[in-house]
Amino acid sequence: MLQETNVKPIDKVVVRFAGDSGDGMQLAGNLFSNISAEIGDEISTFPDYPAEIRAPQGSLSGVSGYQVSVGKGVHTPGDEADVLVAMNPAALKTNLRYLKRDGVVVCDVDSFTPANLKKAEYASSDPVKELGIDPERIMLVPMTTLLKNTLADSGLDQKAMMKSKNMLALGVICWLFDRPVENVLKKLKAKFAKKPAVYEANAKVLRAGWDYGHNTHSSMPVYRIDTTESRPGTYTDVTGNTATAWGLIMASEKSGRPLFLGSYPITPATDILHELAKRKDLGVKAVQMEDEIAGVCSAIGASYAGHLAVTSTSGPGLALKSEGIGLAVMAELPLVVIDVQRGGPSTGLPTKTEQTDLMQALYGRNGEAPLCVLAAVSPTDCFHMAFEAARIAMEHMTPVILLTDAYIANGSSAWRIPEADDYPEIHPHILPDNLLEQGWKPFDRDSQKLARYWALPGTPGAMHRVGGLEKDYHTSIISTDGANHELMVNTRREKIARIADELPPVKPMFDDDADTILVGWGGTYGHLLTAVDELNAEGHKVAFWQFRYINPMPHNALDTLRKYKNIIVAELNTGMFADYLQMKLPGKEILRINKVEGQPFLVREIVEGVKKHLEK
Amino acid sequence: MEQNENKAYVASDYKSSQNARWCPGCGDHAILNVLHKAMAELGVAPHDTAVISGIGCSSRLPYYMNTYGMHTIHGRAAAIATGVKTANPDLTVWQISGDGDGLAIGGNHFIHAVRRNVDINILILNNKIYGLTKGQYSPTSDRGTVSKSSPYGTVEDPFIPAELCFGARGNFFARSYDTALDTSRQVMVAAARHKGAAVVEILQNCVIFNDGIHSYFADKEKRADHTILLRHGEKMLFGANNSKGLVQEGFGLKAVTIGEDGYTIDDVLVHDAHCRDNFLQQQLAMMDGHELPLALGVIRDFDALVYDREVDRQTREIKEKKGYSNLRDMILKTHETWEIK
Repeated sequence: MLQETNVKPIDKVVVRFAGDSGDGMQLAGNLFSNISAEIGDEISTFPDYPAEIRAPQGSLSGVSGYQVSVGKGVHTPGDEADVLVAMNPAALKTNLRYLKRDGVVVCDVDSFTPANLKKAEYASSDPVKELGIDPERIMLVPMTTLLKNTLADSGLDQKAMMKSKNMLALGVICWLFDRPVENVLKKLKAKFAKKPAVYEANAKVLRAGWDYGHNTHSSMPVYRIDTTESRPGTYTDVTGNTATAWGLIMASEKSGRPLFLGSYPITPATDILHELAKRKDLGVKAVQMEDEIAGVCSAIGASYAGHLAVTSTSGPGLALKSEGIGLAVMAELPLVVIDVQRGGPSTGLPTKTEQTDLMQALYGRNGEAPLCVLAAVSPTDCFHMAFEAARIAMEHMTPVILLTDAYIANGSSAWRIPEADDYPEIHPHILPDNLLEQGWKPFDRDSQKLARYWALPGTPGAMHRVGGLEKDYHTSIISTDGANHELMVNTRREKIARIADELPPVKPMFDDDADTILVGWGGTYGHLLTAVDELNAEGHKVAFWQFRYINPMPHNALDTLRKYKNIIVAELNTGMFADYLQMKLPGKEILRINKVEGQPFLVREIVEGVKKHLEK
Repeated sequence: MEQNENKAYVASDYKSSQNARWCPGCGDHAILNVLHKAMAELGVAPHDTAVISGIGCSSRLPYYMNTYGMHTIHGRAAAIATGVKTANPDLTVWQISGDGDGLAIGGNHFIHAVRRNVDINILILNNKIYGLTKGQYSPTSDRGTVSKSSPYGTVEDPFIPAELCFGARGNFFARSYDTALDTSRQVMVAAARHKGAAVVEILQNCVIFNDGIHSYFADKEKRADHTILLRHGEKMLFGANNSKGLVQEGFGLKAVTIGEDGYTIDDVLVHDAHCRDNFLQQQLAMMDGHELPLALGVIRDFDALVYDREVDRQTREIKEKKGYSNLRDMILKTHETWEIK
């Protein structure tokens, strides 16, 4: 095996797999992160893919990347990669900028053909020299040749052989990171259980990759990642979108209300529809409607009929759903709206990430139409916050908008599958029999939460009409009286405010003597946390809080923030949450770190941004 | 739609305590009363009935029903009704829309609800005008209609609701008009008994902004010659004393007087509402009351697979086949997992 001197122990590593869309980079990356997770690593993954489904092979625009971080204290897929796997010259050229200065490149030297170099717009025939890569830090693996030699006797044609190229690269990576290939083989065997010949070919290629690394490149630094202690349990790998879908199913199980999704395909939210459509096997009714408006409207109908009703979308779809959401505010029906934010405005950057729908979620409706706005902070947190969104909707009889984003929706993490008792029962605000007998009216409220009651069609005696017109506070009959309208507006507002009564308080991290607090919300959590960690390690005293409950905020939120001399809000927009806080904290200067490039923050951007503010 | 065997319902069981606030003389009053009667005849309990409307004069109707109901937003009644029915197929769901709500702003939802064949009863109350916004032309207004928003006459052709319904592969279409109380009741009952999306066009008079738009066929003295009431399995006869009939000529229909020009009762077509091929049904539905009489009654009533029942069936079958006890069980059985101790 490896000589001890070659092994470089580190906390975490970042590997970026880059190639054509058809190169199987995501599978290779997933296998690598999963075998790491099995031995206790934390994992975080992020796909970076073009909007085009299949750009020309070998072209610069057709490269897609898949970044994986594994190890201890992993909260992000990493700013830059320790190792870049490039399957062709185009991938090498477009992805080199994501590699650390002392990082290692693994690439297929057989792909450096004149045709490929031309497609990738190289000026010379030597990409390594042209890109200025240190020859000591690049492994030029003749992947195609190795592949052909390994599979010479397999009877496979060239096209079928090439499909295993990703396994060759993965074999090299397993060697580089001191991971036995046996763990990968187990997974491949399960994946290709019905195709033993395919399994055999992939297994051979994987071993060939490992052997190649071992035999020819033993001078390369080999990394050993220290593993971390995780909470005992059964784990799987989830993306944010899958976790969102599952959180809703959990809420359905814990509330006894069947789950209905009315949706329309839109990047990057469509995987929620895909997952819930599959989950007919758990009784979910997921329907694809004719447009975004029909998506939310069918959900409103299903909510009226007594289902946990959900619609999933992204920014442009949220705009189309505005009027429908307003109806749910007015009719006081439970409704969960998932907005997977992407670059805007208009069609914008459909596959890229942003936090630019905050104001739309908070205020994007006609009239005084307050509702609950939540944000998930990581792929696995999507499960928890989808559950929370459903719980609040059904217990408080209100629409809830859950904001996620392309980054956490497509990224993945290892996730402990909850046990039966990990999540509480949800108590939907269903009309109790005794109230019905006492002459219940549809907009009667309980005095504590101010929520009206959910009377399900099919219930004898509870026939009632709801709708978009204003109702009289006392009689529940439609009313245009001005004083009554103001009372109803204030009541609906107060109903949302009272959700805060049950929210967990704000408790900043790294709080010891800090007079500066870094504040974020939603999917930037991992990057902000890592940055604060670094800042404190360097001796800067910076506290940190990431908001998940945006409207209402926990009761102690503003008082807690007020205590700090400096409040710095970092977000992927031009300052929406900062403006929102500024409105609530008049006279307090809110400092800002902003980025609107369609990409997540880099940790160093936040570290530098905070330092710059502190220097002033 | 479960028949309630324990109780016979009467029209007043479906009537709410609120007084209808439509203009005096509005056709909607008659349609509301007929709907109460049709529901009593059907015998579906008020608590198993939901009435969903959009926005417009006719969309106020749910407030006057003692059933479950929702007065929603402009154009979206079909989408919301689809959600109600798909979530709970045991409810009998009615959609009330005007020509603007159902066919202009709600046109997309209308065609898709019909195409999907969701088991909802769609009543289109067609007065060929926007009433609640005080008199603009609608997508069913005839070319040349003078209105507040078309002071020099419209320069666009209208939708014929029946044609749109057939174009969306509709399996049920019926027609009546506001003062034809018996026909309206019959077609509402037939629509509710039909499994699948049932479109009923009720031509309705707006006394304020479009008064008399339907007079050319609906006035007492014009009805006999300008309308024909179709009944499945019966000869297509109309006119005073049923002296006239419809015959097929070439690719089209022709109105003839029996005993004249050599036509006998044997030449007159027999209506087949249940025929899968909708060619002749479409021809009948397109008759406009001028050269050929306006067709009333059930024009098409063909059984096909019903969306909400299919969603329900597929969900139940797959759930049963896979047999997962809950989310955790599904994940453990279908996803790659690992233990950390």
